[in-house]
Amino acid sequence: MNDYINLHDVNLFYGTNQALKDVKLQAAKHEITAFIGPSGCGKSTLLRCLNRMNDLIPNVKITGEISVAGESLYGANTDVESLRKNIGMVFQAPNPFMMSIYDNIAFGPRRFGVKSKAILDEIVEKSLRAAVLWDEVKDQLKKSGLSLSGGQQQRLCIARALSVEPDVLLMDEATASLDPISTMKIEELVQQLKKDYTIVMVTHNMQQAARVSDKTCFFLNGEVIESAPTKTLFNNPEDKRTEDYITGRFG
Amino acid sequence: MQNLKDFKASKLAKIFNQFFMVSMWVLGIITVFFVLLLLFLILKDGLPYVTWDFVIGLPSEIDAGGGIGPMLLNSFYVTILSLLVSIPISLGAGIYLAEYAPDNKLTSTIRVCVEGLSSVPSIVFGLIGIALFVEYFQIGLTIIGASLSLAMLNLPLLTRVSEESIRAVPHSYREGSYALGATKLQTIFKVVIPVAMRGLITGLSLVAGRAFGESAVIILAGGVNASAEMWDFSLFSPGGTLAVHLWYVQSEAIVPDAKEIAHKSAAVLLFVVLAINLLFRIPLWWMERKMK
Ligand SMILES: Nc1ncnc2c1ncn2[C@@H]1O[C@H](COP(=O)(O)OP(=O)(O)O)[C@@H](O)[C@H]1O
Ligand SMILES: [Mg+2]
Repeated sequence: MNDYINLHDVNLFYGTNQALKDVKLQAAKHEITAFIGPSGCGKSTLLRCLNRMNDLIPNVKITGEISVAGESLYGANTDVESLRKNIGMVFQAPNPFMMSIYDNIAFGPRRFGVKSKAILDEIVEKSLRAAVLWDEVKDQLKKSGLSLSGGQQQRLCIARALSVEPDVLLMDEATASLDPISTMKIEELVQQLKKDYTIVMVTHNMQQAARVSDKTCFFLNGEVIESAPTKTLFNNPEDKRTEDYITGRFG
Repeated sequence: MQNLKDFKASKLAKIFNQFFMVSMWVLGIITVFFVLLLLFLILKDGLPYVTWDFVIGLPSEIDAGGGIGPMLLNSFYVTILSLLVSIPISLGAGIYLAEYAPDNKLTSTIRVCVEGLSSVPSIVFGLIGIALFVEYFQIGLTIIGASLSLAMLNLPLLTRVSEESIRAVPHSYREGSYALGATKLQTIFKVVIPVAMRGLITGLSLVAGRAFGESAVIILAGGVNASAEMWDFSLFSPGGTLAVHLWYVQSEAIVPDAKEIAHKSAAVLLFVVLAINLLFRIPLWWMERKMK
């Protein structure tokens, strides 16, 4: 399943401004795919195509084919809510809801009709354990999610994304606002999560891409310049521009 | 080029800084002093003489010793009714303007109108009340007429406050919710409104306090009299409130103790408005504590 996530000739326009140009890309199941590239080159835009978050922005036009597990995301009868449930997202800045830690996690399952307290308890514990946060918060589940530290908040957001049992996890510079220790914890966590999830992450930090990802895609001005197994891309880049970028000659 | 090390922090900037700080302090103290003085002047002639009999007693037309019971009751009744009508409408309008309205000419026109309406003098809403309830529906000067006219007065400000509080909620909350597969409706009611609650409650307390003390609308649409009995909850009883009564005894009444009644009424009015403001702080304080 090397084309678990498959993008073919994807173009995206914000009004008249073209942010993605003929993007072709594959990502394999249970692998970590990293997007790197200078800022403004369309990494977040592409990531947001994968859970249709761009639908929320007016005047966005998308052409081309995007599918996950063989199912087209922009098909006529795609149910956007179910799609977003299956493709979770973690954002650059931690954004826990203004509610208790417990309710933050229970929010998603409740939206999809889970009412039983016993089942919710189970989901909350399982999700927090998966995000390696359980031991730190198990005695304060009633406390506000906003009372946690930045790194804990981000793991709470990861737990929240996992609560609805997605297949894919999208992470948009999820460690950009965190200190090095929290960043390390999340990188370790991501390594563990790939057993159960397919992960696509945007990072502006090349070392991070090199450390955690299996495959890396280099973006420039809305185009995917090169995408290859991470080791290959960093050690033997094919394109001159990739080489310039990873050796720090620009960007 | 000059060496940056030779530059010294400007003395003048420091002096200006100090001067500004001291001025702000002085202005702040003066403002607080005047507010407290005002409160003291109003309360000192009234509050010590307010008795329970006065608060729930019936007013008197000729003899001394009349109470304010029915008017005070009307004040609460009319305020609450007006809020019951205006809160759902303006919350709905605020949600629409903040979350749904497309950015076009029509919605910006609506926004300008709402803004304009919130600075229309309240007496104009009283005139609308007369035209509607007294002349068109011919129900006379009633509680229901006063409440609905007051509701119209509340609408623009409440709508603005709702729109602004909802708009002020950072976009990241909405994204978090959508990304979990929540619908727009779920996002608004479960995620956005709880965050906006602080602003909503603060705005509501301002509007409630103003509605409680409103007189122009009530005089025109509710009249200057209240029911002749206590605990009369009929919607079609006369709609005079305490604020109106205050004006009435001060300027029209022939009772010998009109002055004292006015003083005591003012004290009660002020007391209740302050109490309303404090009351609205309780949920805020409680939310704050829960968020710690
Ligand atoms: N909501 C938006 N509306 C209009 N243009 C946008 C929007 N978001 C991003 N863009 C534009 O799309 C391009 C790519 O942005 P983005 O995907 O955020 O880049 P990256 O994540 O790689 O830094 C930029 O030129 C940016 O200005
Ligand atoms: Mg980005």
